[in-house]
Amino acid sequence: MAISHEFEYIKPKTVNEAVDILAKYGSKASILAGGTDIVVKLKETPFNPEILVDIKGIDELSKIEFSNGVLKIGALVTFSELIDSEIVKTNFPLIHEASTTVASIGTRNRATIVGNICSAVPSLDSGPALLVYEADVIVKNNSGERKISIKDWFTGPKKTAIKEGDLVIGLEIKKPTDKHGTSYVKLGRYRGEDLAQAGVGVFVTESNNYKISFCALGPVPVRATIIENLLNGKSLDEKILNEAKELVEKVISPITDIRASKEYRMHIAKVMLERALLKAKERITSVYHETHDILGG
Amino acid sequence: MSKIHIILNGERRSLHVEPNDILLDVIRDKMGAKSPKCGCDRGDCGACTIFLNGKSVKSCNILAIEADEQEIVTLEGLSENGLTKLQEKFINMNSFQCGFCAPGITIAATELLNHNPNPTLDDVKEALSGNLCRCTGYTPILDAIMSCKK
Repeated sequence: MAISHEFEYIKPKTVNEAVDILAKYGSKASILAGGTDIVVKLKETPFNPEILVDIKGIDELSKIEFSNGVLKIGALVTFSELIDSEIVKTNFPLIHEASTTVASIGTRNRATIVGNICSAVPSLDSGPALLVYEADVIVKNNSGERKISIKDWFTGPKKTAIKEGDLVIGLEIKKPTDKHGTSYVKLGRYRGEDLAQAGVGVFVTESNNYKISFCALGPVPVRATIIENLLNGKSLDEKILNEAKELVEKVISPITDIRASKEYRMHIAKVMLERALLKAKERITSVYHETHDILGG
Repeated sequence: MSKIHIILNGERRSLHVEPNDILLDVIRDKMGAKSPKCGCDRGDCGACTIFLNGKSVKSCNILAIEADEQEIVTLEGLSENGLTKLQEKFINMNSFQCGFCAPGITIAATELLNHNPNPTLDDVKEALSGNLCRCTGYTPILDAIMSCKK
């Protein structure tokens, strides 16, 4: 199907060139990276930018770098590249695991993690991982560079803290220093390509420090601070797990849509939290990092 | 109109496209390679899967202009020197009925076998999770791919 309206296309070679174009065109410009969301949006919605700025010509944005304990993921790094990166798998296993659950290979070969957070659909699989690792989003415009904490990034369904003229150039994530385990549990309607009906990411250290985040269970992905506060310093037993599950209702606000009802999402989120907590705990000591564990299907 | 170059199945071709032309349409209608099909037209069904710079992608989700100076291989290119072992297995095991999904599935399965000549059934299912088949229930397709194991 053709795209019914016309637009210009430009492919800058440097970040500076790109931000100058974005400054000139303002809200009439749209950034194109992997395109797996934006081309569908161009076909199916009234979205009609005057110019598409394809950033795939900017080589410096395609790198994964890890130095001094900080991981930098460029805006052009695809989910497949993240999955294949030993650096990511070893040091940031939750990003690896969440990436393996995104869509299918043909999409992951093209779709970028930065594009995922810029599209900012509530079900985004990268949300919980980036929230528990407390990533920074690196944004540049023609007046300079700034960091936005991922906790301030998501402002609503498909809405972010990005401003006119901004280009997200990448993500920065500090490697956690304590020995830890992680787990991302995603519920799809079946095994295979599907958006999350619910997702939960858990990070737990040997000394029982917890970080927990949910996606697809509210307008934006969220950190479950009150559950973390309950669990911090405690090891997991049946009593504490039940208390944690009770608190889930205070953290999430699921809706009913084509994929699931809000009642079902509320119920399954508790089950998933328990499984993710136990799995993350188990992985503190297990060397082999298992592949993702989609419920259902 | 912009002039672009695409290396399609080993042959460098020049053509004119509009920025809003979809790669799938251009490959089929302007370049004459008819194996990629338009199914869902939104990146879910995998019928339009091609290799772009050696990686499987959904060509309905890509603008033709993005493919300027890039290398594309479709099913036509894959079997240029005769059928691959995988294709022979697909034929001998009656893997497909209508065949609409076959080009995309062949590309996805070829990518899997190139990277992982000894896949488990789960690996195969994961590799095909972005390709829908409405005829077969998948079993004869999975069987054929599994029979290609080294």
